[in-house]
Amino acid sequence: MLIGKPPDIPASEITPRELCDRFFNRRRFLSGAAAIGAAALGADRLAEVFDPSIDALAGTKLQTVKSSLTTTGEELTSYQDVTTYNNFYEFGVDKSQPSQNAGSLPTRPWTVRVDGLVKKPLVFDIDALLRLRPLEDRVYRHRCVEAWSMVIPWVGYSLSEFIRQCDPLPSAKYVQFLSYFDKKIEKWQSESSIFWPYSEGLRIDEAMHPLTLLTFGLYGEVLPNQNGAPVRVVIPWKYGFKSAKSIVALRFLDKQPPTTWNDQSAREYGFYSNVNPNVDHPRWSQKSERRIGQPFYAQRRTTLIFNGYADQVASLYNGMDLRKYF
Amino acid sequence: MKRPTLILLKIFVWLACLYPLGSLVWRAVTNNLGADPTAAISFSTGLATLRLLTISLAITPLRRLYTRLSWLVKFRRLLGLFAFFYASLHLLTYIALYAGFDLNTMATDISKRRFITMGVAAWLLLLSLAATSTTWAIRKLGGKRWDRLHKLVYVAAVCGVIHYWWQVKPGVLTPLTITVILGVLLAARPVLNWMQRRRVQSA
Repeated sequence: MLIGKPPDIPASEITPRELCDRFFNRRRFLSGAAAIGAAALGADRLAEVFDPSIDALAGTKLQTVKSSLTTTGEELTSYQDVTTYNNFYEFGVDKSQPSQNAGSLPTRPWTVRVDGLVKKPLVFDIDALLRLRPLEDRVYRHRCVEAWSMVIPWVGYSLSEFIRQCDPLPSAKYVQFLSYFDKKIEKWQSESSIFWPYSEGLRIDEAMHPLTLLTFGLYGEVLPNQNGAPVRVVIPWKYGFKSAKSIVALRFLDKQPPTTWNDQSAREYGFYSNVNPNVDHPRWSQKSERRIGQPFYAQRRTTLIFNGYADQVASLYNGMDLRKYF
Repeated sequence: MKRPTLILLKIFVWLACLYPLGSLVWRAVTNNLGADPTAAISFSTGLATLRLLTISLAITPLRRLYTRLSWLVKFRRLLGLFAFFYASLHLLTYIALYAGFDLNTMATDISKRRFITMGVAAWLLLLSLAATSTTWAIRKLGGKRWDRLHKLVYVAAVCGVIHYWWQVKPGVLTPLTITVILGVLLAARPVLNWMQRRRVQSA
């Protein structure tokens, strides 16, 4: 059941001012340290000791830079809707549940394990990931396989930047994302018959595409837990379920990895799941979509092939039958 | 039952049956239908249909268990008609907000998508029951034939629940509660028949 919207609360009222100021100072200090190069990592560690994990708080402002890969000309979906209308089945199957239940997700300490076909397995701390590259503001259209859509200003950098740090072997053809899973914390996991942990995957060239975003925030702030804190991927030309949340591991493979919804119903959810108005879901048409946050008489709009990113990504699928590899 | 009590009860039942609509209209007017108003409207009208059908199907077993509750039958037609009313709103939501009044889209949906086929089938069954719900129709058809025709309400309810299961993602278990309740109500009939036969035999 859907619930009414609580009144909008400005982010400035949620985040204590004092914390924000400390955070900004530290950021400035860190960006200076990064310029020193090799010394930066040591300085980061040192900063961590004196000033542990302020980044952890959802809603904390992030320092961001502009990006040429941002989508223009779209009205943003409200922060309220982006953060209270979520599919995150580990925290309940109802759209309003994740925002109520995901508070218990422990986003610090957090590490991302990298294994499989890599030179050597690595473990990255979330704070190191946050500092790996400048964080960019990237507005993307977000199209759910359920035929609703949003426009979301994400914060992150291209996943390719991170993958370069992972040293995958030439034999790695796919990358798998594994999401956090702990049934003591995600008590709602039994509301569906899904096999956890949530698993998603991309072909390596899709993962290396600059639009594929390693995402840490939205609306210029740290990701709220229900949106996949502390780190997720966003692949704007694919249905939303491909964009795995709360990632704890990246695995490089030579074969297509098993993925959650494809395992659940291969007929309905293909491995590729590129947004495609010409390939219907067996249970509904994908020709059009409902824009979230619009009044009921104005929600309907036409779905664009590759969610409007065809110019950038269509070449990835040259010669492929998109009906067969849906 | 005394007449004033009955009138009071009728008013209460009418208000309860109108509540889902009232709440929808209120939420629409105050811009409180949530992030996806179209989905909210179709979900709440569909759920109201299934709930009302389930309640109307509970009346017969209740009457047979407790003869003192036999007056409940006075509300069965009202509940059934309200179920049809919400089913029609549900269908209208689909026609207007999902299919955009486009006949081609509707034809494809009905022929290709089994959850929509099932939903339309359930609505047609309810339509035939609503059309024959008048006292005139009962007299015209004759009690026995009318009774047999209106047994279709079970089929309609089962179609409605299947429609719900086929609409949600595989693996999602939200339709489970209403399915279990409906299952119990359907099973109650043969069980009550069997109990009655035993009582007759031992008497």
